[in-house]
Amino acid sequence: MGFLFTFFLLPLFNLAQTSTQTPVGGGDTGQYEQTFRFQNYIDAFVENREQFGRSFLYAIIATVLALAIAYPLAYAIAFKGGKLKNFMLVLVVAPFFTSFLLRTIAWKQILGEEGFVVPTLRTFGIISESTTLTSSAFAVVAGMTYNFLPFMTLPLYASIDRIDPRTLEASGDLYANGFTTFRKVTLPLSMPGVVAGTLLTFIPAAGDYVNAAILGSPQTKMLGNVIESRYFKIVDYPTAAALSFTLMAAILILVTVYVRKAGTEELV
Amino acid sequence: MKKLSRWFGRNLIRIYAVVAFTYLFIPVAYTFAFSFNDSGKSNLVWKGFTFDNWKNPCGAPEICSALGNSIKIGFLATVFSTILGTMIAFALGRHKFKGRSTTNLLIFLPMATPEIVLGASLLSLFLVFKINPGFWPTVIAHVLFCVSFVVVTVKARIASLDPRLEQAAMDLYANERETFRRVTLPLVAPGIAAAALLAFSLSFDDFIITNFNSGTMTTFPKFVYTSAARGIPAQANVIGSSMFFLALAIVVIGQFVGRKRKVS
Repeated sequence: MGFLFTFFLLPLFNLAQTSTQTPVGGGDTGQYEQTFRFQNYIDAFVENREQFGRSFLYAIIATVLALAIAYPLAYAIAFKGGKLKNFMLVLVVAPFFTSFLLRTIAWKQILGEEGFVVPTLRTFGIISESTTLTSSAFAVVAGMTYNFLPFMTLPLYASIDRIDPRTLEASGDLYANGFTTFRKVTLPLSMPGVVAGTLLTFIPAAGDYVNAAILGSPQTKMLGNVIESRYFKIVDYPTAAALSFTLMAAILILVTVYVRKAGTEELV
Repeated sequence: MKKLSRWFGRNLIRIYAVVAFTYLFIPVAYTFAFSFNDSGKSNLVWKGFTFDNWKNPCGAPEICSALGNSIKIGFLATVFSTILGTMIAFALGRHKFKGRSTTNLLIFLPMATPEIVLGASLLSLFLVFKINPGFWPTVIAHVLFCVSFVVVTVKARIASLDPRLEQAAMDLYANERETFRRVTLPLVAPGIAAAALLAFSLSFDDFIITNFNSGTMTTFPKFVYTSAARGIPAQANVIGSSMFFLALAIVVIGQFVGRKRKVS
């Protein structure tokens, strides 16, 4: 067992170590040496602060949207699912089995110029002739919301399902109306699920670049796109590493603050 | 009219569920429908119905070698991460040792790290050790991120075990090893199976980490991503749809077997 832990710890330790190293370019492209130039972090951040802000903005909007869509769904499965409960849970996970890239591209084609949505909307005059749905911030956020929806639904379901329906009846008996019952009983009791779901959605969404690459345009580039192109196109490892680490640090800080505020420690 | 609106109000949440599921399945249905498209090279516009793509799923260049790589990597990553993860889960669930909470944190960290950071840092690690990205680095990367999910899944199962069952086995003069093999392991097995299934689907569908660590090797998601620019061949839709039905079948059979066991 001890051997296993070293085997598991070592890559993780190395991972942390290498990402804190910020080697600096001295020679040709792709050649860097260790000089501990922490200025890299500042340079990387200042250069890409726009994408930084966008990453977090998009991720937050997508998380909120996913929560709004998934909560009633999880509620419906938990309280109205009946015998179909397990079957419905399988349905939530099922889209996962078709490659998420294929699904994202399917969205691109459905919402694209050749798809049926755009012409229909144009005929009814809902959008103007020049408006497109793809290559926009809207498409990127919608794609992220869609792709991470199961991550939101499952933990929500798990914690809503644990609620004893009698507590809701009791609330009704005490003359609370539907809305008050939800606000004062259902929502607080499902808080662990809300926290877990938002984290599981927000973290991958903030680091995502696939949705932005497929559904977006150069104006919707996220931090992930920058890191990817720094690595593969420009071969600028230090900036990419610094950006990755800043992204991780920013996410960890946000998550810690959020978990403290939401007041659950069940996760770690 | 009043009756109708009342029915509507009472079933609002059910109607909502149907709408939400429709939303979830639109792209899956679209992918499935366009796998029958007589499309030629670019599968953008509907041109006519054909079974050709299903008869010849390897018709597009490179698609089946990419698929083969994905299956090989998925298999290896599943085996390694399931064995490793199950052992760690038992250690965490059953033994109190020094560094237990640190290990817990270390298991949690990869799940809380965005994929792009994991992928990028692993790549820089491989570059430091002068290991070229390719097949094995990808397998290592996949094991690393699958292990956490395996540990969490199996640990939940272990935690829900009734300790009295093991005590009963010991009372009946089973030694520790026998108890583990004949009581504990069979009880945890469904959790391990679920974890393995999860690991395989995570590995098979992973794009970001793979893209960083696979070098010139193509996997199925990489194939889809790179061909997205010129238009994806309908064969990709065939493979995507088949994976969907295959996985669904495995889940349904699993449920069925589980229920049968409970009855007998």
